[in-house]
Amino acid sequence: MEYNRIAIIGAGNIGTSVASTLLLYDIKTLLVDTSEQQLENSGKEIAKTIKFARLLNNKLPKISVDAAMKNVRFTTQITEVRDCDFVIENVPEEWNIKEKVYQQLDEVCHPETVFGINTSCTSITRAGSVIKRPEKVVGVHFMNPVYLMDTVEVIKGEHTSEQTLARLHSLLDKIKKTSVVVNDFPGFVSNRISHLFMNEAAFVVQDQVASPKQVDAIFRECFGHKMGPLETADLIGLDTVMKSIDTLYENYKDSKFRCCPLIKKKVYAGQLGRKTGKGFYDYFNV
Amino acid sequence: MNAVQTAIPVKELLREFLAEASGIPDINDDTELFSTGIVNSLFAIQLMMYIEKTFNIPIAMDDLDFDNFSSINAIANFVESKQL
Repeated sequence: MEYNRIAIIGAGNIGTSVASTLLLYDIKTLLVDTSEQQLENSGKEIAKTIKFARLLNNKLPKISVDAAMKNVRFTTQITEVRDCDFVIENVPEEWNIKEKVYQQLDEVCHPETVFGINTSCTSITRAGSVIKRPEKVVGVHFMNPVYLMDTVEVIKGEHTSEQTLARLHSLLDKIKKTSVVVNDFPGFVSNRISHLFMNEAAFVVQDQVASPKQVDAIFRECFGHKMGPLETADLIGLDTVMKSIDTLYENYKDSKFRCCPLIKKKVYAGQLGRKTGKGFYDYFNV
Repeated sequence: MNAVQTAIPVKELLREFLAEASGIPDINDDTELFSTGIVNSLFAIQLMMYIEKTFNIPIAMDDLDFDNFSSINAIANFVESKQL
């Protein structure tokens, strides 16, 4: 299946990483964000990733930065997605924002456009409920950095059609990703479990049981995880982690999902992790 | 300036950069940077940027081989070969 152009809505960490991956596979991409500055930053990050990604994954296609950058357009106008056959939405995990975006997309996109929600927590069925074609909505939870991760968590909403799933899988095949398809329920599989780890790890630090380094060392060295929970939280962004945990709490009303005050404090202090140079760890930016 | 003289400051700068970034103060010049986790997949792109910028050398696609960046010694040799 050929795609005219894939629209990425939201040029934050994960939107940028998805765009980089599509471009590495020579897929035309439109990157949409409300902020010019964010789009500019994203463009710089994409160029860096295209240039150096093969050091980390030599199975990636060889494509020059110039060739890849010719395939991407940046815009603050969501109306430009009208010619796109596939949309991957990555806006912040706040329902008010997502609802508005889906209403706009529903107005602008042609009837066959598929909407992939790249979300860790938002209900796929709920997103489908605000548009006229809920069968075209599917969850596609990419992990960061997207160009290094082989597998994607795919989530079927209540009304997601088999045709929509097939179109998503066709796109995932093009970028050499496999998937695990699960059902729609808050947090799905990955975040319902992983955010408990991250949250409890933050409580362990808050309670002065161990330092972030010690907590992560136990996960890496004892359990064989590639990254510890606090390194992962810093990579995702503590603001995003906080929103996801809050969403889990809102949905389940279960106290096991109450967000650790230390995470909240860091968010209020602007210590959001890698993207701000400080979170549970300090980062050295070149 | 001969190759040996060039390599000394390169290694010093790399030691300093890697120590600051990883929090590990004494990284041996032969220590495997990737397999030991001193440089992980997230930091690797920053390291490439640092090398290009600090030593004013372009890193081409064909240079993207772990062997070129596996240790401080390997990076110093790579930088030196590019500066020739």
